[in-house]
Amino acid sequence: MKARFALLLGSLSAALVAFALTSPRVIAADKVDPVADAKAFQNFFFQKFPTVKHDDFVNGPYSMNEDMKRQWQEKEEFPPYEFALDAGKEMFSTPFKNGKTYADCFPNGGIGIRQNYPYFDTGEGKVVTLELALNRCREANGEAPYSYVKDEMASLTAYMAFTSRGKPMDIKIPDDPRALAAFENGKRYFYTRRGQMNFSCASCHVQSPGERIRAEILAPALGILNAMPIYRSEWSGMGTTSRRFVTCNSQTRAVPLEPQADEYRDVEYFLSYVANGLPISGPGARP
Amino acid sequence: MKLSLALAMLLAFSLAPAARAANEADYKAAYAAAEAASKEAAGMRNQWTVTVSALAAARKAADGGDFDRAVTAAKEAEALAKASVVQATSEKEAWKAMEIR
Repeated sequence: MKARFALLLGSLSAALVAFALTSPRVIAADKVDPVADAKAFQNFFFQKFPTVKHDDFVNGPYSMNEDMKRQWQEKEEFPPYEFALDAGKEMFSTPFKNGKTYADCFPNGGIGIRQNYPYFDTGEGKVVTLELALNRCREANGEAPYSYVKDEMASLTAYMAFTSRGKPMDIKIPDDPRALAAFENGKRYFYTRRGQMNFSCASCHVQSPGERIRAEILAPALGILNAMPIYRSEWSGMGTTSRRFVTCNSQTRAVPLEPQADEYRDVEYFLSYVANGLPISGPGARP
Repeated sequence: MKLSLALAMLLAFSLAPAARAANEADYKAAYAAAEAASKEAAGMRNQWTVTVSALAAARKAADGGDFDRAVTAAKEAEALAKASVVQATSEKEAWKAMEIR
């Protein structure tokens, strides 16, 4: 009888200890903690690829494959985004019909500020991306907005990224529950499986960076937006961050959302924040 | 023995329901069901491209008067849409399993 009682008491104590140990983890897991998330995110890639220099992750597939890296370095002597870059520079300095320019819409005249986008606008209560800010600038000055996925928008963002090259990504999350919710929503979008292929963004860019998917080498998620916009040989042209998200969705056989949908803005916020400290390398070139 | 086998086969064939070609009403019912499921998926922001293609194929076949093909495509669209709804529902929690912590 005593032995049975001791066994029961022992089991109960073990169960209580187990509960005490696991319950704080459950609470911590449900709390939105962007700083801890960013640290865990970066550590995951740093540990998974210990030989890759931290700043090199922004070079996507080239950080994963030496052969590709050599080819890319040679290509950078005459980069395929050069035409877009030149066009973007000219567009940026050309006044609108009212005489103002893009420089009037941005801090520091729009030069060297790419690393601060996207930001959370506490007035609007939403994430504002660079592409969105550019079109808002146009509309505020009586101009028609550009397509979010290519051509002019890619040229403008290419120029703005170029003036910010080497600057560390510096995304802020203000002390505002709506900003935390946007970050969390972006994180959820990033990890959520969708489309007939049942892929999430993470299926390729967390679980399989460096692996081949058909003829392509998958880029790591860490720093993946630091190189935007990009010239993709597959597209035979330039593409924006919006285009990248839309294409990824289509490839999983999910109907893409409209460019600059809240989900896309939030996932850009999440991915940019977790890449804080890594340099801007855009515009980039990808196979 | 041969006679009884032949009789059994005759009986089986006579009892088997004759395959009926689908008509417009069949198509409309199948398409309505597919469209409802597709709208539910779209409402969850999880429409699949293949669902949209199957719905389009159903409409095209129906426009050409091929209701057999139209019904088949509509049923496929419904199945795909329902699968996307299941995916969106399960992913409400399942995404957390993939998260880097």
